[in-house]
Amino acid sequence: MSFPLNILAFIGQIALHFLTYLGQVAELAKELLIALRSGVWRLRLVAQQIVAIGYGSQGVVIVTGAFTGAVFTFQSYAKFKEFGIETTVGAVVSVALCRELGPVLAGLMVAGRVGAAMAADIGTMKVTEQVDALRVMGVHPVDYLVLPRFLAMMISMPFLVAESVSFGLFASYLVTSVGYDMPATWYMTHMVDHTNMEDLSIGMIKGFVFGMLITLISCHQGLAAENGAVGVGAGTTRAVVISSLVLLIVNFFLSIALNYVFPIGAT
Amino acid sequence: MNPTLTTMIPRTIHGPDEIFIDLRGLRKRFGSQQVLDGIDLQIKHGETICLIGPSGEGKTVTMKHVIGLIHPDEGDVYVAGMHVNVLKERQMAAVRQKVSMLFQGAALFDYLTVEENVAFPLLERGLKDKAEVKRRVMAALEAVDLDEHAHKYPTNLSGGMKKRTGIARAIIDRSECILYDEPNSGLDPIGSDIIDQMIQRMQKRYGVTSIVVTHDMRSVFKIATRVAMLYRGKIHFLGTPEELRNSPDKLVQDFINGRSDVTC
Repeated sequence: MSFPLNILAFIGQIALHFLTYLGQVAELAKELLIALRSGVWRLRLVAQQIVAIGYGSQGVVIVTGAFTGAVFTFQSYAKFKEFGIETTVGAVVSVALCRELGPVLAGLMVAGRVGAAMAADIGTMKVTEQVDALRVMGVHPVDYLVLPRFLAMMISMPFLVAESVSFGLFASYLVTSVGYDMPATWYMTHMVDHTNMEDLSIGMIKGFVFGMLITLISCHQGLAAENGAVGVGAGTTRAVVISSLVLLIVNFFLSIALNYVFPIGAT
Repeated sequence: MNPTLTTMIPRTIHGPDEIFIDLRGLRKRFGSQQVLDGIDLQIKHGETICLIGPSGEGKTVTMKHVIGLIHPDEGDVYVAGMHVNVLKERQMAAVRQKVSMLFQGAALFDYLTVEENVAFPLLERGLKDKAEVKRRVMAALEAVDLDEHAHKYPTNLSGGMKKRTGIARAIIDRSECILYDEPNSGLDPIGSDIIDQMIQRMQKRYGVTSIVVTHDMRSVFKIATRVAMLYRGKIHFLGTPEELRNSPDKLVQDFINGRSDVTC
């Protein structure tokens, strides 16, 4: 085969793999919808997953949100001061945290912590035939393994995003008031005046979407695992990498789409 | 009647000559390897059929076709009149209510205790009466001599105990057919005999149809009503244990007597 044909075949192979992957994730999403509509939600498993996903992720989300808020404020304040608008730093940090940094950072942290755990747990069950054992007992793996994780993620993500934003703002407030001696009223007034429900809604919507994507991608990697421990390890790595990349890419397009619905600075 | 097994009577009683499992022209390939190359096998209700043959010849693959864990490239699988290989995963529940399976590695859920593992099929089928679940779980665990280990997690069990827990989970749901994938491997001779006796009891008293994949020839001669030997993706031998013992076929005799052609 000639060189250009080789390149073409290579690109074709990548496109085929990508389309196959999309098809598999779409199939999983379809099964998840069927499971959702069945109404058998196994609330005990959902509660266990809320503890693992929501409660267990709080520490990492709070620390990430807080230090990002602090460093963002620290860097912005100096530049804003050059223009004499340092009192507006609260407004800028607040809008940035609500619309972008809060949901994205919470999403990335959850993708790393929870996505990896989902892929590893389900992957281990797959390679040790526990998933087949479920099927043999008439239990659909998506109903038992994916649905509780999905519901727990949908419940947990808004809280995690809210925590990330809140602690980011609190840290930002500490940096300006303690670090730069800026009167608290200025910070609070600007922040409250320039942050509205639309900004918060964007953060929450993104949290839902990211949670959904992380669950689908990670559970798919778990259910597709094969070749023993090596396969589980590879699937776990892929779950984190794909979730993180997809999250960042989707965030860009979601920001544009949501800006049409909730234009920035409209109120 | 053994009181511990009275709760495991299958739901439906069929005639002894009725074919329960019908495999027609099964072919299955994994990559470049043709694992099954035209398997035809009919199993009557209440039979215990042992699948024997060298490792990697498709015994477990054949068994997994019966319960729809693997679908054939060609051929058909019928279980209790249901055409298994055309059913979708969510339609498979009807087949899986009639057939249960013991996996080679037991496939116990790590996060559940022995008792919870065994109770799992009952709870998932919607049995709400906790006392009834407990009674049936303890009966199944007694049958495999594990009632004293009910609260242990699988990580704290030996390989043999895991396997016996898997058997308790497979028999608890009153299935009409049980598939055993190497039930004796990893068991001591006494434990192995307990399992053999239990398989026999399930067949003789309750008419349970069984497929047993095994390499233990002592067990084969004890429990089988018929034996199928798989070789190179086909059924090389099919007959009663007596016919197996008296078969003039060299491959069969080498296999059952554990003789290899390898010279040192």
